[in-house]
Amino acid sequence: MKTSTIGPEIERLIQLLARLPGLGPRSARRAALHLMKRRESLLEPLARATAEAAAAVKVCSVCGNVDTRDPCSVCTDPRRDPATLVVVEDVGDLWALERAGATRGRYHVLGGTLSPLDGIGPDDLSIAPLVARVAAGGIDEVILAVNATVEGQTTAHYITDQLAGTAARVTRLAHGVPVGGELDYLDDGTLAAAMRSRTPF
Amino acid sequence: MEWSEEAIAVGTRRLGESSVILEVMTRSRGRCLGLVRGGRSKALRHVLQPGNSLSVTWRARLDEHLGSFRVEPLGERAAAIMESSVATFGLQLLAEHLRLLPERDPHPQLYDVLAVLLDNLGDPAVAGALIARFELLLLDELGFGLDLTACAATGTTEDLAFVSPKSGRAVSREAAQPYRDRLLPLPAFLHRSGATFDGADLAGAFALTGYFLQRHVWEARGRTAPEVRHAFLRAVHDRAIAA
Repeated sequence: MKTSTIGPEIERLIQLLARLPGLGPRSARRAALHLMKRRESLLEPLARATAEAAAAVKVCSVCGNVDTRDPCSVCTDPRRDPATLVVVEDVGDLWALERAGATRGRYHVLGGTLSPLDGIGPDDLSIAPLVARVAAGGIDEVILAVNATVEGQTTAHYITDQLAGTAARVTRLAHGVPVGGELDYLDDGTLAAAMRSRTPF
Repeated sequence: MEWSEEAIAVGTRRLGESSVILEVMTRSRGRCLGLVRGGRSKALRHVLQPGNSLSVTWRARLDEHLGSFRVEPLGERAAAIMESSVATFGLQLLAEHLRLLPERDPHPQLYDVLAVLLDNLGDPAVAGALIARFELLLLDELGFGLDLTACAATGTTEDLAFVSPKSGRAVSREAAQPYRDRLLPLPAFLHRSGATFDGADLAGAFALTGYFLQRHVWEARGRTAPEVRHAFLRAVHDRAIAA
């Protein structure tokens, strides 16, 4: 019978690390070993930071963003344009748009997309709060920044239907040639979409 | 075990960080599932979008295993489908309908209709009529087909305008008079090729197929009509009004 060469505490650490995105059992072992070798400079600060984050993390009751205060720092930022609302699938998408500095609008996180295969319907997403937020007024434009997938676009069309009675203009992100993209390597659908959405030059 | 065939992507489900379980409809093997390694990569993501035509090779050690797919794109319709709400909801509705079929159960007629339908989903004027006929065919393939060839009361094949909710058989306009408020309307385009149709005919057709789907299929599975069917009908209705 194979005997364990490490204590249960370390084994548990490895098991938890292996559940993180991008890490498998082997890389989790390497990460755990790295942490233990740097106990004072890395392991203990990481443990403290994790405990502090776990105690402080909140989901914003306005937009669904993850922050340490509610409403979140994006919703309470007075420099943000309150008339523009950017709808994203997930917090990761919000962070991506913030990283790019692409908009000064506020956000609404849906929490996923409509997916019959996974049993995710409109009631499982933050669509009703979005409609209520827009219906409350003060929003001129809703930008649907969802993924260019069939599920993402189904969600976008569904939201457009739901917002039909409001005064807000509904727009979506452009589909087309990405920066650095070579036409020869693009799929037929993207090329056709780019051709349809061509702009004056 | 290995086979290769042309297929239409119906849906994907994430598996781990880089792979997906792909669900496809094939002509001779019906609805099949398999693992696509690297299915979430940049190179494969757009290929695996629902609605696209693919050449798939399925491989597994035993027939009852999930198996894995190797895929090549044949026709990428997804980007065009995403442009309109009728097409997007229509595609999702078709996927929901196909999931009513058991896995690996061949339905070549449904596959053929699906391929034609996907090429015409972008045209809202015909998408509604095609999907209503698809639902009629689906009922037939599931063993609950309606008999729309002749009147259940008189045997005539002329002027069939209603369907009996009890027997699922057509009834002519004349024979239906005493009970017409208890019968379901039968739009002509559902049983006569080349017949024209309008918004009211489409609504009637979906009420008819919806009634029998609810009674024989959804209710038996303890569920109701999928939400996307309502969204599709709303989109078709809105387009009909706009036109």
